Amino acid sequence: MSRKSRRNPKPQDPPSPSRGGISRAGLFIAAGVALLVAFIAGTLVYRSERDQAVQEAAARNAAQLASAHAPLLGKPDAKVHIVEFLDPACETCAAFYPHVKKMMADNPGRIRLSIRHVPFHQGSEHVVRILEAARGQDKYWEALEAVFASQDRWTVNHRVHPERVWPFLEGIGLDLERVRRDMNAADIAARIEKDTADAQALNVTKTPEYFVNGRPLPRFGLEELQGLVKEELRSAYR
Amino acid sequence: MSAPAPLPPGSRARGTSDAAWLLVFACWLVATLATLGALFFSEVMELPPCVLCWYQRIFMFPLVILLPLGLFPFDPRIVRYALALVLGGWGISVFQMLLVAGVIPEAIRPCTKGVPCSEVQIEWLGFVNIPLLSFLAFSTMIALLVAAHLRSKR
Repeated sequence: MSRKSRRNPKPQDPPSPSRGGISRAGLFIAAGVALLVAFIAGTLVYRSERDQAVQEAAARNAAQLASAHAPLLGKPDAKVHIVEFLDPACETCAAFYPHVKKMMADNPGRIRLSIRHVPFHQGSEHVVRILEAARGQDKYWEALEAVFASQDRWTVNHRVHPERVWPFLEGIGLDLERVRRDMNAADIAARIEKDTADAQALNVTKTPEYFVNGRPLPRFGLEELQGLVKEELRSAYR
Repeated sequence: MSAPAPLPPGSRARGTSDAAWLLVFACWLVATLATLGALFFSEVMELPPCVLCWYQRIFMFPLVILLPLGLFPFDPRIVRYALALVLGGWGISVFQMLLVAGVIPEAIRPCTKGVPCSEVQIEWLGFVNIPLLSFLAFSTMIALLVAAHLRSKR
C-alpha cells in the first residue's frame, strides 16, 4: 500500500532515458571493463605473490634439499644439481624421466640428479621400498627404469597393484630374494620418512617436482624445466 | 495473479522500468562477479572444482551472456528466462551447503572421483567457503530478479 503511494509522483519525473548523463550502454560497458581489469590485476598480483612465496620457501628449506642420502646419478662435482621428487606410480614422472636423462646426456659431466621418493599413490610405498633395496645391490637406476617401463602394467587408473611389479624386475641382475629380505629394513623406512618430511617442508604436493640448484620451477612443465636447467648451465659454465 | 504484460516502449511507467533495468543490471553484475571469481579459484589459484561446482557453473556462466540480451533493449521477460537458471543453481548450492555442513550424510554424496564436494578448500573469517559464496550469489540474484519483476509489472 505505502509503496504504491510512494510511487505515485513517479510519472511526473522527467522522461529522459539517460538521467544523470550516463547511458545504460555506457554503464554496462564501464562495469564490464572494470570487472575484467580487476580480474587481470588480481591474477597478476596473486601469481607474483605465489612465485615469491615458493622461492622463499625453497630458500628457507635449502637444508631439506641437501639429499645426501638420496640416489645420485651423474658426477658428484657437476655444478647443476637437479633434485627430483617422484612417485614410481606417477605417469608424468615416467614421462619426464627420459627427458631429464637426455638433458644429462647432452651436457656430459655438468648435471647430476638426486631422486627423492614421495609415494603419494596408495600402495606405491611398496615399490619405493623395492627401489631402495635395489640400491643395496647397486641396481637402483636399472630398477627405476624397469619400474617406469612397466608402469602401466602394475598401475591401472591410478590404482597401484604393488605385487604385479615383481615380474618386471627380472632380467636386470637383481637378486629378488635379497630385495624381498632387505626392503623392510629400518634404514629404508627412515629414508622414506625423511623424504616425506622434506617434501612437506618444501611444499611438494604434486609429482614430479623439480628443484634445479635449489630453484623451483616457476610453473610446471617440461619447457619450464628445460629452461631452468639451461639457465643454470649458462651461469655455472660460461 | 495477473499475467505480467510486457511494457510497450515509451510507456507511462518509464520510472519503474528504469528501476527494473537497474535491478536486472545488478543481477548481471553479480553473475559476472561470480563467474570471474569461480574462474579465479580454478584457473589462477588452481583449486580443482568438484562435480557440484561444475553443475553450479553450468547455471551461472550462461547468465553473463543471457542477461545483457534482456538489457539491450530492455525486455522484462528476461526475469522469467534468467530465473529458471538461477533457481537451478540455487538448488544445487543449497545441496552442497548441506553436504559441507554434514547435514546430508556421506553415503549419498554424488561425487566419488576427483575432489570430494564436502571438502572445504577456502575458509575466510572462519566460515566463508566457496559453496557459501555460490549460495549467496544465487540468493542475491533471486531477490534482484523478483524485485525487477515486481517493478516492471506495474
